[in-house]
Amino acid sequence: MIAIIDYKAGNLTSVVKALRFLGAKDVVVTQSPQDVLRADKIVLPGVGHFRSTQLLEDLGLTKATREAVRTDTPFLGICVGLQWLYAGSTEAPEAAGLGHFAGECERFPATFEGHDLKSPHVGWNSLENIRADSRLLAGIGPGSFVYYTHSWRAPVSADTAAATMYGGAFTAAVERDNVMGVQFHPEKSAETGLQVLKNFLAL
Amino acid sequence: MLTKRIIACLDVRGGRVVKGVQFVDIVDAGDPAELAHRHARGGADEIVLLDITATHEGRGTLLETVKRTASELFVPFTVGGGIRSAEDAAAVFDAGADKVSINSSAIARPELIGEIGASFGAQAVIVAIDARRMKGASDPVGEAEVFVSGGRKPTGLRVIDWAKEAEQRGAGEILLTSMDTDGVRGGFDCELTRRVSEAVQIPVIASGGAGSAAHFAEVFLVGKADAALAASIFHFGVTDSRALKAEVAAAGIPMRLPC
Repeated sequence: MIAIIDYKAGNLTSVVKALRFLGAKDVVVTQSPQDVLRADKIVLPGVGHFRSTQLLEDLGLTKATREAVRTDTPFLGICVGLQWLYAGSTEAPEAAGLGHFAGECERFPATFEGHDLKSPHVGWNSLENIRADSRLLAGIGPGSFVYYTHSWRAPVSADTAAATMYGGAFTAAVERDNVMGVQFHPEKSAETGLQVLKNFLAL
Repeated sequence: MLTKRIIACLDVRGGRVVKGVQFVDIVDAGDPAELAHRHARGGADEIVLLDITATHEGRGTLLETVKRTASELFVPFTVGGGIRSAEDAAAVFDAGADKVSINSSAIARPELIGEIGASFGAQAVIVAIDARRMKGASDPVGEAEVFVSGGRKPTGLRVIDWAKEAEQRGAGEILLTSMDTDGVRGGFDCELTRRVSEAVQIPVIASGGAGSAAHFAEVFLVGKADAALAASIFHFGVTDSRALKAEVAAAGIPMRLPC
């Protein structure tokens, strides 16, 4: 069973639709910690405000996720779902992230190298510096385009599986063992996005 | 590198894609779901479906059409027309849209922008503005006026002021349609697009007037648009996005290629 965690942070329809299109049979949209604990795979989507992640703590989903990933359940965070894997975000300093990866998510700067930088970062941007050992990005070449829409971003670190350039480099994908995240929307990134989801389903 | 987006727009009336010139003279161009998939396969970066008669005729959005179109469409999909409340928006998202475009209803009740954003995120709310230059004014572009109800009603609002207010209220993008250039295929209103794009921080999608690759290149370079939308240029086999994008890229604009 694949548990899609619903924490009222935007629309989950597209993610569920894409997973089913790729042949996933047992996809459950849930707010139950028990479902998270018994799931074969966990997906945490989300396109809203970082403060929505407070609900994960309130419903006991943070604890359940921590336990599930400790016992090697594959986990994929999408957009805010990736950001939640870090210590937190300046978007909502009062809401703690999972802290699985070090660092804090920050807003794009208003200017970069002397030019105004529009925010949110919306549109198709390329994946760079793809880590050769990434299981999530297997078969995806450097320069492949994926679709983004976000104003906050995660820092680049040793766990970064691919970077994207916009006002400097940020983490496009993060991966350490069974815990993974993508800042872009694989469910909206045409063939490249479907390949990412296919890779995750194959874990 | 962030690329400029080419967006294929499907104007839908009574469940069929139609195309008008300056908002009138409607001709049939096919089935929405079939055309959306053809555009996505052809390299369009996004698909927009506008139910152009929903507000006018007081109908709800064609949820069945949205559902059918959204199934197996894996690029961003925006739906507009007849969305008057956060509940209307929720129904459209449920049917498979990723973003909604609101126009007349946002003018009537600007709080709607924030209400939809609160539930679905600011990125999911596009405020569409139908604009007409103020002829005879000392600054016809700066004083360009917002029209509603499919371009039927003037509002007295200035386009630039309304774009800024929409941003402040939490819009994720602005879809700016020039009624002066719409459907004529003579090029976008680059001056109006530039003025709006410079006035706001959020992405601006230019619309109205696409007739050639040079027009797209111009609206990206001169108009400072983040995306450009077109309808009739793609219908009836005039061109597909992939060929169009190759031409635009040759003019030095970053495009998603191959796609």
